[in-house]
Amino acid sequence: MRIKTLTRISTVALSAALFGTSLSAQAEQTLTVVSWGGAYGAAQKTHMVDPFQKESGTKVLFEDYSGGIAEMKAQVESGNIQWDVVDVEVIDLERACSEGLLEEIPRDILPAGVDGTPAADDFIPDALSSECAIGNIVWSVVFAYNKDTIGATPAASVKDFFDTSKIAGKRALRKRPQVNMEWALLADGVAPKDVYELLATPEGQDRAFKKLDTIKKDIVWFDSWSQAPQLLNDGGAVLVQSANGRFYDAIRKENKPFEIVWDGHVFDLDAWSVLKGTKNKEEAFKFIAFATQSKPLAGMSDVAYGPTRKSSTPLMDPAAAPHLPTAHLDKGLRASSEFWADYGESLGEKFNEWLLK
Amino acid sequence: MSALNPEELQQARRAERRKRWLAFAFVVPLLVFILLSFVAPIGAMLYRSVHHPTVAELIPQTLTQLEAWDGQGLPAEQTLNTFTVELQALAKERLSGKLAEEFNRAYAGMSSVVKSSARKLRREKTEDLQSAGGQRLLSLHKRWNEPELWFQVKRAGAPYTYDYYLTALDLEISAEGGIQSREQAQIYRQLYGKTLNMALIITLFCALLGYPLAYFLANLPDKKANLLMILVLLPFWTSLLVRTTAWIALLQTNGVINSFLMGIGLTSEPLEMLYTPFATVVAMTHILLPFMVLPLYSVMRGIDPSYLRAAMSLGAKPIPAFVRIYFPMTLPGLSAGALLVFIISVGYYITPALVGGTDGQMISNIIAFHMQSSNNWELAAALGSLLLGLILLLYWVYDRFVGASNIKLG
Amino acid sequence: MAHPAYYGLWHKLGSALLKGSSYVVLLFLILPILVIVPLSFNAEPFFTFTEGMLRFDPDAYSLRWYEQIFTDPKWLLSIKNSFIIGLFSTLLATVLGTCAAIGLARDEMPGRRFITALLLSPMIVPLIITAAGMFFFYSKFNLAATYTGIVIAHAALGTPFVIITVTATLAGFDMSLVRAALNLGAAPLKVFFDVIMPLIRPGVISGALFAFITSFDEVVVILFMAGPQQRTIPRQMFSGLREQINPTILAVATLLIVLSVILLLTLEWLRRRSQHMRGIEN
Repeated sequence: MRIKTLTRISTVALSAALFGTSLSAQAEQTLTVVSWGGAYGAAQKTHMVDPFQKESGTKVLFEDYSGGIAEMKAQVESGNIQWDVVDVEVIDLERACSEGLLEEIPRDILPAGVDGTPAADDFIPDALSSECAIGNIVWSVVFAYNKDTIGATPAASVKDFFDTSKIAGKRALRKRPQVNMEWALLADGVAPKDVYELLATPEGQDRAFKKLDTIKKDIVWFDSWSQAPQLLNDGGAVLVQSANGRFYDAIRKENKPFEIVWDGHVFDLDAWSVLKGTKNKEEAFKFIAFATQSKPLAGMSDVAYGPTRKSSTPLMDPAAAPHLPTAHLDKGLRASSEFWADYGESLGEKFNEWLLK
Repeated sequence: MSALNPEELQQARRAERRKRWLAFAFVVPLLVFILLSFVAPIGAMLYRSVHHPTVAELIPQTLTQLEAWDGQGLPAEQTLNTFTVELQALAKERLSGKLAEEFNRAYAGMSSVVKSSARKLRREKTEDLQSAGGQRLLSLHKRWNEPELWFQVKRAGAPYTYDYYLTALDLEISAEGGIQSREQAQIYRQLYGKTLNMALIITLFCALLGYPLAYFLANLPDKKANLLMILVLLPFWTSLLVRTTAWIALLQTNGVINSFLMGIGLTSEPLEMLYTPFATVVAMTHILLPFMVLPLYSVMRGIDPSYLRAAMSLGAKPIPAFVRIYFPMTLPGLSAGALLVFIISVGYYITPALVGGTDGQMISNIIAFHMQSSNNWELAAALGSLLLGLILLLYWVYDRFVGASNIKLG
Repeated sequence: MAHPAYYGLWHKLGSALLKGSSYVVLLFLILPILVIVPLSFNAEPFFTFTEGMLRFDPDAYSLRWYEQIFTDPKWLLSIKNSFIIGLFSTLLATVLGTCAAIGLARDEMPGRRFITALLLSPMIVPLIITAAGMFFFYSKFNLAATYTGIVIAHAALGTPFVIITVTATLAGFDMSLVRAALNLGAAPLKVFFDVIMPLIRPGVISGALFAFITSFDEVVVILFMAGPQQRTIPRQMFSGLREQINPTILAVATLLIVLSVILLLTLEWLRRRSQHMRGIEN
C-alpha cells in the first residue's frame, strides 16, 4: 500500500511536471505566418520563412489557410488571436482592412531595394496602395486543361469554359463568388472594362448567375487552390480553375501535360498583412520587412509569380518571364479590391443561396 | 415494528441527511466542472442568439432619435444628419465595415451601399454633415430613400431580438410588422427537413442491417459470438476520421470501388459517389451501425431461445411466432439503438463535411458555415439552439424509456 | 447446428440466409477499414490500388508515406499534442468521473436522475454546438488556443464515458463492504483504495480508455478552438482530407487502426477479468 501510494503520487507529480514543461516550451518566441500552402507555400518557405528563421532566431509556425476573411474575423472579434502574419489576396484585402481586422503597417520598416532605390519608388504603386498590407506577388486566376485527355478541340477562351457543347465534362471552380462572377460576365460577352460596373447592378448580378446556371450541374467546387492541380491530374474535372503558379509548378516540376488558358485571366496581388491585436506585432513587421526585400520577392518566380519590387526583376530566373501574369496583361482583367470590399458580403450571401438552390 | 421516539427519529433523519450530503459531495466536483466547462458555454451561446447589441453600440445617437420616428416616410432630416456624422466617425475608426454587415443582415443588399457611402463621407467636413448630411446621404445612393430600410435599422438597434430565430425558420418581419415567410430562397426549413430525413434513412439502414446481425450473433455459441463481436467493436473503436478516410478512398472517382467495377467490366464510366448525399448515408451508416448492434445484442442475449422454440413446438409458424413473441421482447434494444443512432446522426458534422459535397450537407454543416465562413454567429447560435432543443427532446425520450446511463459501450 | 425435427425446409433456408446476410454486414463493417492498410504502402501518391500493387510487384509498395509522417514537423507536433492533450484530459475526466459515479450509485443521492442526465449530456449534445459555445466562452477567458482550455474541453467530453463504465461495475458492488471496513476503523481514503478501487478498477480503466480515445479522436472542438500550436492528429487529418489528399493520411490511419486494435484487446481482457472477478462465468 505504502509503495503503491508513493508510485501513485510520483506518477501524478511527474505528469504535472511534464505538463508544465510542455506548456512553457510554447512560451518561446514564435511567429505564426499563414499562407496558401502547396507550391506557393513551398516557394515562400524557401525564400522567405527559412532565411528569416535563420537570421532572426525566431521560430516560425508556417500554416496554410484557404483564403477569405472569415477566419481572421472570427479571431479578431472573439479576441482569440492565433495568427500573426497573413498572406491576403488583394481581392479580400480592402474588405479586411475596412472592417478593422488588420493592423496598419508603417512604411518606414521597408528597406531600400538591392540596387539602392528607396522602397517607396522601388515597389510598384499597387503594392503599397493599402495601409494594411505590403504587396508580395502579382499572380493570376486562370484555368487549365490536360493536353492528353482534352480531345480534338482544346479550350481557348473563357467562353469555352462555359460552353459544355464544345467541351463536355466537369469544370472545377473555387467555391466563392470572386472571379467566378467576373468570368460569367466575360463569357457572356461583356467587355473587361465594363465587368465591375455591371456587377454592381442587380441586373448584372442576375446575368452572371444565369450564366453560371448553364454549367451549374457540371461544376465541381473546391475550397483551396492546392486541390485544383490534383483534380486536373486525376480526371476529377476537365477544365480547372486555379492560380497560375500551381499549374506552372505541376508542369515544370512534375512534367504534367497541363496547358494554361490565359484568356480572361483575373490578375491580382497577394500581400502580407498583420492581424489586428496580435501580441507579436513588432516581430510580424520584422518578418514582412524581411520577406519583401528584393531577393526573397525574386524567388517567387519559382512559381511564376511576378515580384512587386522593380529591383527584383534582374534577380529573377529569365526562363520564368513568359509565364508571369505580367506577360499576358492584354488578355486579362484586373481584380477590383474596392468592388469586392463593397459587394463581397452581399454577393457572398447570394452566391451561397444560389448554391443551395 | 415498534414506534421510534422523536429523538431517534431526529437522529435517523440527521443520519439520512448526512448520507445524502456525502453522496452529493462525491458528485459536486464533476457537477461544478461540467457546469463551468460545458453548460455555461452553451448557455452563453443561447444568450447570444437573442442578445445582439452591436448596432446599438455603433450608432447610439441615431437610434435614440429614431425612437421619435413614426415609421411614416423617411426619418426626420436631423436624424439623418446625425447618422452621417456617426457613419463618418465609424469610417475613420475602420468600423464602418461592421455597420455595413449589420445593415446588410437587417436589410439585404445594404452592405455595398453603406461601405461606398462611408468611403465618400470620410472625406467630408463634419460640420457640413451636422447641418446637411442627410441630403448628402440621400444623394449618395437611392436605397437610402427607402423607408423600410430605416424601419429595419430601428428594429436591428434593439439589443434583444428574436429576429435570428425568424431567419432560422425562414421567416421575416414585413414592413407592416407582421411575421411572414421569407421572400428570398427558403433555406433552413428545407435543411432541417433534409437533416431529419437523412437521419431517418440512416437509422432505418442501421436497423435493417443491425437487427439480423445482432440476432445471428446472439444465437451463436459464446466463443464464436465473442470472436465475431470483435468485428463489430473494432470499427467502433477506430477513429472516426480513419473511417471517413476509408470511405473517401473507396468512393472517390478513381477510388477502389470504381476501379473494381470498371475492372470487372460492370461499368465503363466511373460512378459519381463521393461528395453526394449517398456518400453521407453510407459512411454514416457504417459509423453508427455498432451503436445499433450493441444494445440489440445485449437485449437478445438475455432472451431465452426456448420461448421461441416452445412456441414453435406448440405449432406456431416461425414467422408469426417471431413477430408476436420474439420481436416485442427485442423492442427495448431496438428503440434504444434507433434513438441513439438518430440523435447522433441529426447533429453530425465531420462526415457530411468531408464526404457529403454540396447536397450531402446537414444542419450542423450550415451552423459551422455561419460560425466560420459567414461570421453570422447570432444566426449560428439560433440554428444551434433549435437543433439543441430537438436533441434534448429526443434525449429526454431516451432517458425516460432507456435511461441515460444504460448506453451500451461494448 | 442440428435442427430440431419441427424445423422445416423454409426454416433451414431462412437460417442460411440469416447467416449469409450477417457475414455480409460484418464484411461491410470491417472491409472499409482493412482496405486502408495495403493502400498506405502505395508507392504512388494515389488513394487507390495501382496495377503494380495488384500484381504484387514489390516496387509498387513503399514506406515513403510512413517516412513522411516521421520527418514532417507538423505531423510530429500533432502526434505529441494528441498524446499530451489525451493524457491530461483522461486524467482529469477519470478522477472526476469516477468520484461522481460513486456518488451517483448511492440510492440516497438527491436528484439522481436529473443529475445523471445532465452529466451525461456532453455525449449527446452535437459537437458542433458544444464547440461553438466553447469557442466564445473560452475565448473570453483567454483559454481558447491554449493547452489548458483544450484539456478542460476534452475532459468534459470524456467524463460521460467514465461515469457509464464505472456505474456499470458498481452495479454489482456491495456497499456493505464499505460500511464494514469503515466500522472496523479503516480510514476513508484507505477504504477507497483498498476496498472500492480493486472492484471498480476494470470500469475505471475502460472508462479512462474511452475518455482517452474520445480526446484522441476529437476534431470539432479542436477545429474551432485550437491554434496552430495545439494541432492534433485528427485536426491534421481533417485539413489533409479537405485540401491535399495524399497517402500520408492513409499511413496515419493505419497506425491509428493498430492503436485501436491494441485498445480493443485491452478492453476485452479487462472485461473478462471483471467478469471473472465477479464470478460470472463466460
